[in-house]
Amino acid sequence: MSAIEKHTIAVLVDNEPGVLARVIGLFSGRGYNIESLTVAEVDRANNLSRITVVTSGTPMIIVQIKAQLSRLVPIHTVRDLTDEGPHVERELALIKVVGTGEKRIESLRLADIFRARVVDSTIDSFVFEMTGSTEKLNAFINLMEPLGLADVSRTGVVAISRGSAKF
Amino acid sequence: MSVERMAGAEMLIKALGDQGVDVVFGYPGGAVLPIYDAIFKQNQVRHILVRHEQAAVHAAEGYARSTGKVGVVLVTSGPGATNAVTGLTDALMDSIPIVCLTGQVPTHLIGNDAFQEADTTGITRPCTKHNYLVKDVNDLSRVIHEAFYVARTGRPGPVVIDLPKDILFANGPYSPPTAIAHKSYRPQTDPDKAKIEEAVELIANAKKPIFYGGGGIINSGEKACALFQEFVKLTGYPCTLTLMGLGAYPAGDKQFLGMLGMHGMYEANHAMHDCDVMVAIGSRFDDRVTGRLNAFAPNSKKIHIDIDPSSLNKNVRVDVPIVGDAGKALEAMLEVWKSKKPKIDKPALAEWWRQIDQWRSRDCLRYEKTDKVIKPQFALERLYAATRNRDTYITTEVGQHQMWAAQFMKFEEPKRWMTSGGLGTMGYGLPAAMGVQIAHPGATVIDIAGEASILMNIQELSTLAQYRLPVKVFILNNQYMGMVRQWQELMHGGRYAESYTASLPDFVKLAEAFGAVGLRATKTSEVDDVIKEMLETDRTVVVDMAVDQLENCFPMIPSGAAHNEMLLGPSDKREGGPVSEEGMVLV
Ligand SMILES: Cc1ncc(C[n+]2csc(CCOP(=O)(O)OP(=O)(O)O)c2C)c(N)n1
Ligand SMILES: [Mg+2]
Repeated sequence: MSAIEKHTIAVLVDNEPGVLARVIGLFSGRGYNIESLTVAEVDRANNLSRITVVTSGTPMIIVQIKAQLSRLVPIHTVRDLTDEGPHVERELALIKVVGTGEKRIESLRLADIFRARVVDSTIDSFVFEMTGSTEKLNAFINLMEPLGLADVSRTGVVAISRGSAKF
Repeated sequence: MSVERMAGAEMLIKALGDQGVDVVFGYPGGAVLPIYDAIFKQNQVRHILVRHEQAAVHAAEGYARSTGKVGVVLVTSGPGATNAVTGLTDALMDSIPIVCLTGQVPTHLIGNDAFQEADTTGITRPCTKHNYLVKDVNDLSRVIHEAFYVARTGRPGPVVIDLPKDILFANGPYSPPTAIAHKSYRPQTDPDKAKIEEAVELIANAKKPIFYGGGGIINSGEKACALFQEFVKLTGYPCTLTLMGLGAYPAGDKQFLGMLGMHGMYEANHAMHDCDVMVAIGSRFDDRVTGRLNAFAPNSKKIHIDIDPSSLNKNVRVDVPIVGDAGKALEAMLEVWKSKKPKIDKPALAEWWRQIDQWRSRDCLRYEKTDKVIKPQFALERLYAATRNRDTYITTEVGQHQMWAAQFMKFEEPKRWMTSGGLGTMGYGLPAAMGVQIAHPGATVIDIAGEASILMNIQELSTLAQYRLPVKVFILNNQYMGMVRQWQELMHGGRYAESYTASLPDFVKLAEAFGAVGLRATKTSEVDDVIKEMLETDRTVVVDMAVDQLENCFPMIPSGAAHNEMLLGPSDKREGGPVSEEGMVLV
């Protein structure tokens, strides 16, 4: 068995009903992993959406995933950012921490270190907004656990290649 | 030129006409009544009224496979659409171009659990190549033309167009088919030149080569088949075909080793196992073909040509993967071959053929010759002898009879053989034969059936009667779901749970009840007479051939075994039983 690899794949699709269902159905129907999936319109004039999917599998499976995606009729382009070299990956999280006293102060201090922003506060709660790599978000959320972590909402990974190359 | 405006239903018929459609297989219902009204008012497109929507799709498959054209289906919403699902899945697995029009509740009721509403695009998403829900009559003609384009190009497949009833009544502009490239769907048909040269080099230097062709060659067209034959003959190399590929190379030619795979020929499977260069064209390394993967052609370099990139390196890692149309790739390879005029290793090839002839001499289709009972193989040998010089098309149901048909009926040309390969759908053969007969009115069309399978779409005898289609149904009646029973014998200690086909109808009377002719043979001496009478009767005929109940289909690669571990007959025993532990879990 070859080793399992994690790949970030960007897919440009027609922004039409059912496209997301096709992509998700493909992954579940063929037993592929989805670690995260994001989608939003990126080109209004041409009615295109971009799906970023983080998946894992053996090299042979990763090649299959890309070939299967390319086969879907409304899919324009499939790009494996992991294979193609340097790229930027970011995720955004909203993190609610509830508490008072020492814990509350500690959460704020850590938020500062991690460059998280306070986007809502009451006398016993904060909502932090944080952007960064998945690992950085995981680290911050883990630290909040003992300090009163109450709720987390995350976007999943979005990614783009470095340099001047266009999609 | 002024744009023509018309109601959606009329637009649909016009679009079908412009796509060259002459026949539609369908079944009416509330949601598609406007289409039926439009059909009533014209006589360009003929409608064949089936008796079950599954049969409509299989009939369209038979039509498509025997003509190379797109098969068209029309069904109503809800149950009409869900009944079509098996046929659509069958067409997807076997890469058959189908356009299936489904009725839908009006757009304003979608999502309301309206009467006969089903989420048809949702249900058919995984069993179609693509599907559409038309929500604006202005999109209708474009969608229909696009659907035909998607269905027939690239790797062909079924496409569903879901049509809400209000769209069928609404007026809109009609646009004829155009040659504009699709914005995202662009199948790659031209092969990479460098890879073609690499492939030719490998082929030329082979010592133990084999060509392994599949249904993709037939799908590519008659020209691809001719080029395949030319290339194989030019090299002098052996050639095997998959179940779906039968007919792509003439069965009577000495370079043909027969079908490969689970019930394929001993010589074909052994040649696959021992080859040093494998040339796979339009075949997809299906598990029925490869046997145990880690023992599949272990010492070979593999070239794989397929129009579907996802078929390459899916089950088996190949050395030279080539995306492209089989015909174009063969043309390119022939060109390179002819210009380079490579010297092949003649002594090595002679030695390879000597080895192959040794495998051939095992005579793997041998069966017990007897007068006591009709052996199914004997019945098919006689059927083949009686039909080989006629204009014959063969369809099958699924089971032992299907495998025997693949072994004993020989096909000299493509499009003569229709069987459910990928999905293995019992009930395929009779409606498929119906579609073939519609396309080829004067031909002899025979459904080789099992007594269990035939009951799955037996209602179509009524359709055959209505349209006076002289299809011949040739039932090898062993009173068992023979293939199930064979697996139970091999893997489950002979405990024949629910595989006996009890309470069978009297097929002769059944035929008569449907206005067809029923014939029966119970003794070997009757076989030829019954076949003769069947062929001489210009009406629908059902033949009930009472065959040996317990005959098994050999040769066989037991599940989980390798190509060189075939069982040749009932006395062929393997240590620890025929099927390994890993093999037991395989289907
Ligand atoms: C729709 C469907 N249901 C179940 C099966 C599983 N199956 C495969 S072969 C077979 C038995 C077929 O019996 P029969 O038609 O009598 O053919 P025989 O094997 O006896 O020649 C069954 C049940 C199938 N292939 N298709
Ligand atoms: Mg049977």
